[in-house]
Amino acid sequence: MNIENAAKILRTVPREKAFYFFTSIGNYTGESATSLKEFMEKINSVNIKSLEFHLCRGDFEKWINEVLEDKKLAEEISKLKKASLTGDELRHQLYVLAWRRYQQLTSEF
Amino acid sequence: MKIRNNTLALDNTDLKILEALQEDARQTYTAIGKRLGIAHSTVYDRIKRMEQHGIIKKYTTMIDAEKTGAKNITAIMTIYTDPKESEKVAEKLCAAPQVLEVYTSLSEELQIIAKVIAENQESLHTFIANSIAPLHGVLRIRTSIITKKFKETQLSIANDPKKLTLIKETTQIKEEKIK
Repeated sequence: MNIENAAKILRTVPREKAFYFFTSIGNYTGESATSLKEFMEKINSVNIKSLEFHLCRGDFEKWINEVLEDKKLAEEISKLKKASLTGDELRHQLYVLAWRRYQQLTSEF
Repeated sequence: MKIRNNTLALDNTDLKILEALQEDARQTYTAIGKRLGIAHSTVYDRIKRMEQHGIIKKYTTMIDAEKTGAKNITAIMTIYTDPKESEKVAEKLCAAPQVLEVYTSLSEELQIIAKVIAENQESLHTFIANSIAPLHGVLRIRTSIITKKFKETQLSIANDPKKLTLIKETTQIKEEKIK
């Protein structure tokens, strides 16, 4: 991973490309993330139902892959989906994945 | 029918004509006149004046979407907004073809209530996530998908309690005079 790629993944995306946290179809929590750092922070605070909803639908991996363009983290989250985690265990595991990746990318600078 | 300050004041005959048109806008002036006991030319004059003054806005068609084979879903969105941005949010909602109706409501927080249609739940979610949630000033959204429709009607002269009272009172007075 070179610095340019790391910077690209860590960038802040425009509001219209942010990740918007929902708890179910059409029910927006008011929380959004425009960067990997903000996404990681929101994992810790957002309603747990929202994490379960988006993980089940594959929304996290889709956003991370298509918007942040981080295939590695997208794949790791995809594997987490198969573990069928729920509640605080899911929140913890998701946060650990995002945090590790964030640390790895910021260490490039 | 009188004009006061460039505004048309409707009388009992006008209200009955409107009521007849709301039941069936395709019926002839003659049929309405016959029903109300007035000349078809009177019906024509009054309808034209109500059109000119914008009381009759347009003649349209109510479609039963289910019978057309369309399998759309309908949902009611309650959008909580920053009061400073609510007008702009409402205007942007109005511009979206998926949004059928838009209202503002003031309870504890300023809300926009909108009726929206979509092909299915996934397209509804995509529309809300990609087009509504990102709007500046949107704080959160609650969406209820409609599962069964019990009643749907337009505001009618016949179901406006004040107008209905007026019609009944006028009718009673006339009947008493005849006796």
